[in-house]
Amino acid sequence: MPRTPEAATVTPLHSDMPSRPGTGAAPAIVLEDVRKTYGRGASAVQALRGISFEIRDNEFFTLLGPSGCGKTTLLRALAGFEHATGGTIRLFGQNIMDVSAHRRPVNTVFQHYALFPHMTVAENVAYGLRRLRRPADEIAAAVAETLRLVKMETFADRRPTQLSGGQQQRVALARALAPHPKVLLLDEPLSALDLKLRQAMRQELKQIQAKTGITFIFVTHDQDEALSMSDRIAVMSDGLVQQVGTPTEIYERPANRFVAGFVGDANFIKAAIMSRANTEVTCKTIGGLELRADGKKARAGQRDVTLFLRPEKVRLGAPGQGSVDGVVATLQYLGNACLMEVDIGEATPLLVSERIADVDQPRRAAGDRVGVKLDPRSLQVLEE
Amino acid sequence: MANLPENATLRRSLALGPAVLIVGAFMLVPVAIMGVYSFLEAKSFGGVTWSFSGDAYVQLFYERLLDDSLRLSSGYLIIIARSFFLALVATVSCLIVGFPVAWFIARRPLGQRNMWILLITIPFWTNQLVRTFAWIIILGRNGVIEAPFRWAGLLGEGETLGLMYSDFAIAVGLTYTFIPLMVLPIYASLEKLDFSLVEAGADLYSSRWETFSRIVIPLSKPGIVAGCLLVFIPSLGAFIQPDLLGGGKKLMLGTLVQFQFSTARNWPFGSAIAMILLAFVIAFLMLYARAARGAKAMEMRR
Amino acid sequence: MTAQDDIVPAAALPGTKVRRAFGEVPGLKTLAFCFLAFLYLPIGVLVAYSFNEGNIVMVWTGFSTDWYAQALADADIRKAAMNSLIVAVSATAISTTCATLAALALARGGAFRGKVALLGLISLPLMVPEIVTAVATLVFFSSIGLRLGLGNVIIAHTTFCIPFAFMPIRARLEGMDTTLEQASRDLYASDWETFRLVTLPLLMPGVLAGAMLAFVISMDDFIITLMVAGAGDTTLPVYIYSMIRQGITPEVNAVSSILLLFSIAMVTAYWFTTRQKPGRNIH
Repeated sequence: MPRTPEAATVTPLHSDMPSRPGTGAAPAIVLEDVRKTYGRGASAVQALRGISFEIRDNEFFTLLGPSGCGKTTLLRALAGFEHATGGTIRLFGQNIMDVSAHRRPVNTVFQHYALFPHMTVAENVAYGLRRLRRPADEIAAAVAETLRLVKMETFADRRPTQLSGGQQQRVALARALAPHPKVLLLDEPLSALDLKLRQAMRQELKQIQAKTGITFIFVTHDQDEALSMSDRIAVMSDGLVQQVGTPTEIYERPANRFVAGFVGDANFIKAAIMSRANTEVTCKTIGGLELRADGKKARAGQRDVTLFLRPEKVRLGAPGQGSVDGVVATLQYLGNACLMEVDIGEATPLLVSERIADVDQPRRAAGDRVGVKLDPRSLQVLEE
Repeated sequence: MANLPENATLRRSLALGPAVLIVGAFMLVPVAIMGVYSFLEAKSFGGVTWSFSGDAYVQLFYERLLDDSLRLSSGYLIIIARSFFLALVATVSCLIVGFPVAWFIARRPLGQRNMWILLITIPFWTNQLVRTFAWIIILGRNGVIEAPFRWAGLLGEGETLGLMYSDFAIAVGLTYTFIPLMVLPIYASLEKLDFSLVEAGADLYSSRWETFSRIVIPLSKPGIVAGCLLVFIPSLGAFIQPDLLGGGKKLMLGTLVQFQFSTARNWPFGSAIAMILLAFVIAFLMLYARAARGAKAMEMRR
Repeated sequence: MTAQDDIVPAAALPGTKVRRAFGEVPGLKTLAFCFLAFLYLPIGVLVAYSFNEGNIVMVWTGFSTDWYAQALADADIRKAAMNSLIVAVSATAISTTCATLAALALARGGAFRGKVALLGLISLPLMVPEIVTAVATLVFFSSIGLRLGLGNVIIAHTTFCIPFAFMPIRARLEGMDTTLEQASRDLYASDWETFRLVTLPLLMPGVLAGAMLAFVISMDDFIITLMVAGAGDTTLPVYIYSMIRQGITPEVNAVSSILLLFSIAMVTAYWFTTRQKPGRNIH
């Protein structure tokens, strides 16, 4: 079957030249004000409300957000299953808005794998290469190599229905990797696996990404998954990108209250800013507590700011030894840690997570009086 | 796909075309033409003359006397009434036998269930005419049922139980033919029924009868309604059963239509009866659609 | 049916122990087996009497297969059987093709105006009573003066076979995971390749089921053929009907038995071939 000329202009992107790891200068994908609206008029739903960011080549990039935030819509727009209603998507500089799914050098690992039940594992993996009209020997070699990469080489002649969920997952990954796409899209691929398998697969996915040098775009609602695997994360909510950054930036320097609350546990304390020195500010909480916090953009005299603090950044000591004294209100024993609500006279009690690492560590109980130490560097003023 | 390439509309039309054209041209159009025929005048040996006349419908209720005056006549109304009565009898007997059988099958282990369904489906896919014909051998004069009576001397030469060519024979034939259509939908809804609901009913102090009437019946109602309709509608318009087992004396709507076209050669009148039969069927289907919508709405509210 | 009483047993008195498991109603098993007997007895009687030696059906005189020999040698019966096969095969081929295309368009063609109406139109032959279809078709053919012989019968059969072929194909399509087709397009397959390599192979069981239904329905039809077919275009059921009209002989039983066993063999074979495939794939 003759390929159309349009295909020819895209096909060079498939060339098996090794990707350039670490060349951050060349973005793999550039999104500019991408919009997607379903329906028309009053009943229209805006799934994407102007998304702009870049994904670098050879990056493990994660779209993180609660269900309905638009992350899957965005992934499907990248794959070509949905047509964005506005904006541009560039793949290695080429605008692919009008390129249909089967001409995009982008492959997808589907949430429920979508393996062809009437084909063997090897036929599934060879499918994309056959459609690209690659020579038979090249296909055979690529199938063998990719199956080895996902440790499924002994299953080549099985049918997908004869495999376990974890094995199907590996085949789905192999099938999408076999044509050496420029970008691999993974739509919550681990969500159907049980916990142990999921954790093992995280490491493996990361290794495979490093080995192949393919840009991975990974969609998940699981913050642990996102933090443990990604080079960078885009946190999405309500059709908008809330923050793009490395896992450390996202967790330790969340851009706003949504990101802080969605990724990990957080304490939020309402306060007013009294004064500022360099990046450090002094603020007063509603409960009358005077605290020093980190706030680059905060202005003196600002009222109604939110202070943010991770529970594990709080240190407990004997009464009188911290910034403020409190009473343990509730306590959950988690084995390796203790999760407490400590009443410090604010509107809401302070959530404290204390690691149990030391044999001599004092065991807490509800009703204990404790001294609460708050490090000014871990207490941040949130923007908006 | 939310967005299809532009030629998708054309492709879709081409794909839908053949089926739509065939059903439209050879089903919808013929029924419409028949509707027109029912308002025309009959030619003596079949066919019609193209002049408007409501005679066909008048003929259903009135008899035209020699002096051209009309007299109320019950002949055809009795046939309509018999059709409804026999269809109802068939439906009720199918339900009485079909529900317990469906319940029994639904409570079997999976492998056995499939076997039972196969066994019930097989006769349904065999030739209706032949299966109805078999009942002549059973119910007929000197048939399987009469044979032992004759052998015991209870039935003399020339005497008969008179089972054949009766409303009873037609009802048996209809029940026999359509009962799989009752069992299958009821089975489908009973199979879906979570049996722990029945146990929950028992746990909450309802008696067997209460459990049955308040839990089993409401939850299997869609199947029961569908089954009743699937039996009632084809029974109402049945031809083979009244023709073979009613012996041309006990007419139903189906046989009356056929008689008008083949023997009486009064096409407008035959068309009129066919239109009336069709109207009944459509009315029942609409009632069903409304009931089904209501049930769906109830489910949504839940 | 006295067993019916059993499914609504009298309410247990308060405090009395329930001895039977719920749902296990005594007598049900008996009823179910009586029901099976009711279903198969007429068929059994018919087949049994086809082996009767004498020429009066209901008086058993001895075992013989002569009537089968006679039926199979009868040129009219052979012609009618041939007509039945020609009609059934043609109607099945045409109706299944049309139904497959229509089902694809309706299930994969997105939303469009008039979709519900078109669905209603395609299932119209299911709703109209057979006798009405029969006379309407007769009126139609005579009013436009269409006389194609067996062609008329094939047209009529194709029309009422379409919804029967359509239903299982559509059901299969609706149950099919559309992400498989997306996966195919994602892996560089064009629309046509996706259809040929993914959609059609997965749809095949539905297409087979549809074709099988259409074939059986066409073979089974009697009323419509009776009204539409000309003198030389009789199908087997219509021929059997005319034989019954002339008087019931063991020969009618023999022909009928052959027709019955043919359908039973087809349905059973179909059932077992479709049942076993998924089972084999599981382990």
